[in-house]
Amino acid sequence: MNPIVAQNPPVATPFFFYLLAAAMIIGGILVITRKNAVHSALALITALLAQAGLYLMLYAPFVAAVQILLYAGGIMVLFLFVIMLISIERTMKERQFNSQWLIGIVAAAALGGLFITVFTKGKSLFPDGHFTYAESGNTQAVADLLYGPHTGMYMFSFEIASLLLLVAIIGAVVMAKKRI
Amino acid sequence: MDAMLHISTLHYLVLGAALFLLGVIGVLTRRNVVIVLMSIELILNAVNLNLVALSRYWQGMPARMGGGAGALHGQVFAIFVITDAAAEAAVGLGILIAFFRNKETVNIDEVNLLKW
Repeated sequence: MNPIVAQNPPVATPFFFYLLAAAMIIGGILVITRKNAVHSALALITALLAQAGLYLMLYAPFVAAVQILLYAGGIMVLFLFVIMLISIERTMKERQFNSQWLIGIVAAAALGGLFITVFTKGKSLFPDGHFTYAESGNTQAVADLLYGPHTGMYMFSFEIASLLLLVAIIGAVVMAKKRI
Repeated sequence: MDAMLHISTLHYLVLGAALFLLGVIGVLTRRNVVIVLMSIELILNAVNLNLVALSRYWQGMPARMGGGAGALHGQVFAIFVITDAAAEAAVGLGILIAFFRNKETVNIDEVNLLKW
């Protein structure tokens, strides 16, 4: 194996990792605790942008660009549009957490215990494979996997995804019609 | 201290698990449908982070095990998950608008027509 070593090795990786991780965690906490849905959406945008930074640190610039364009640019604008279509004044006066919140917290804590068990017991399964790859060919490599004549093993999945998007467009238009 | 300062795949997986938990808590406890949908987006993003981190890990594996610089299957899957998230958000927000038009609320506790 002959890894392509990046010309400039990354600097201060732990600092940026913890900075972006803190931005993501704080953003996530704000998403689920804010009363105003617009504030939640802004916190989610912050978390998504921090996640794009993490993708860059993982040598995935194409996924990072897609994350910013599609998630922070497309999906969140859709969310903000819908928040402005519905009236949030009444919702903000109501109780924010439902009556099963304690059961929900307990279930999430059980899931968290499972995660902790898996990550402490299975730590040896994930040795630190710190190989650095140049990211210059990343977009081309992703495109080869998607459309390449010999390596394009995800061509069919790509067509299925386009069909899914068509179904989603029709479904969204039908659901948002005046009379359903 | 060395484990803290040397960022490995496990760090990303733990971060993904934490985000997943935040999303699960949001889905299970909030009453506002918009925020429930945003929590679902958090869950999908946690999965995406895991996929991309494991893709990077797999790139470091030997070529006989399918690794190498071109082993970007996790990133391709992340792109598919983003596509699904877009479809889910469009349909979910369409349903939300239909629901708001009929009930004049976005409280998820009011969605109880199928309740026994």
